Amino acid sequence: MSRYLLDKFLYTVDRDPELVERYREDPAGTVAWWETERANKILNCVDAEDSTWLGFTEEERRALRTHDHVTLFELGAHPFLTLTLFIAMFEHDHEPLGYVKAYAQRMSHIQLPYPDITT
Amino acid sequence: MAELAAVIASTHHPFYYKTSQLPPKDRPPFAEEWITKIERFRQTLTAAEPDVLVMVGSDHFHQLWLDNMPQFLVGKAPFFDANWYNEEREFGLPRMLLRGEEDLAAHILRDGLDRGFDLAFSNELRIDHSITCPIITLRPQADLPIVPVYTNIFAPPLPQPRRFVQLGRAIREMVESWESDQRVAVIGTGHLSLELGGPRQFGEHGPDPEFDRKAVDWIASGDIDSCLAEVSLESLHAPGNATHGFMDFMLMMGVAANRAGEGQKADHVETVDLFHTMEAYFTWYPDGVPEREPDGRLSSAASSASEERSESGGEQ
Repeated sequence: MSRYLLDKFLYTVDRDPELVERYREDPAGTVAWWETERANKILNCVDAEDSTWLGFTEEERRALRTHDHVTLFELGAHPFLTLTLFIAMFEHDHEPLGYVKAYAQRMSHIQLPYPDITT
Repeated sequence: MAELAAVIASTHHPFYYKTSQLPPKDRPPFAEEWITKIERFRQTLTAAEPDVLVMVGSDHFHQLWLDNMPQFLVGKAPFFDANWYNEEREFGLPRMLLRGEEDLAAHILRDGLDRGFDLAFSNELRIDHSITCPIITLRPQADLPIVPVYTNIFAPPLPQPRRFVQLGRAIREMVESWESDQRVAVIGTGHLSLELGGPRQFGEHGPDPEFDRKAVDWIASGDIDSCLAEVSLESLHAPGNATHGFMDFMLMMGVAANRAGEGQKADHVETVDLFHTMEAYFTWYPDGVPEREPDGRLSSAASSASEERSESGGEQ
């Protein structure tokens, strides 16, 4: 389980307009590239000082590849990061509030207590 | 010593700016009431004639990240750029530049450390909508220097609710021990019940109206004890998964407390029931509601506080 790395993916993609579009268009390719090239990068540090130990589980990788925000929630990814990025990718195809209401509807089976998001 | 001119607590709805910028004919039906109440709220800060603003908010994973996460952080810099690409993208917020008040920031850092708050600091901080929303609603000319104070209500493990109240009480004492003749307003923003990214988001009203009613009562009446007795890190999951932002309101109840640490009734209370969240606005005047003398100077008259309260408190 690597909640931190899920959050790191969502965070680093959401803040970069090119990556937002790339992840929307090619989720599988973007996730594979990111895990190889970016997952171990300590933000604000030079390449020579990358980490050496970070990787997704297969379940996490699959959730990201398939834009599966419900599973991301169930895995404990930070809900604010997921929502913000998914609004950026998909809301413009919907009526006002239509996307965020459908997003909630797809999670309607989830009961309290919600999955822990502590990293 | 500096004077605590006003204490203000508010929700920070990122869509207010966009809503208020629309031509009246294009505005949604709730806009008029919202804008009217915000303009009245703005008057409560204007009347206090502040020189400096201490701004309490929470970074939403913009500059503060999980590889290096402070619990409480003070911004000490001559300027603060503001708002981020994803806030422009999602909320239509403008880029802003605010001046910093470094002398007060340095005083809060030194005095806070000496009081047992291990405050982190930043000398280059790009602030986000938790601070710019209240600038837009309360001081749109953005002309006053600020001291940002960020709290972690976002990335668990979080500090306990009582710690927010304690820091609020300390901020009041620290402002009042600043060797300056400036008038300081402390403005903080948080949330009532709120769900983001979960099944209860964007409903017909906030996810827990019962919590909202109790929360507004606690804040408006300054009932810190009841609030602390009921609110815990665990209990805040129930009203909505983003409700830990309520702890910034608890911090502001601490700032508004009297010198004995007892919570105080707010002098201005207003709420707006929006479609997916309740907005709430509170102002306290620790030294009485400001009044104008005939010659234009400010004076403070505690006797007028109760009148103001009865006029504006009826809508809570």
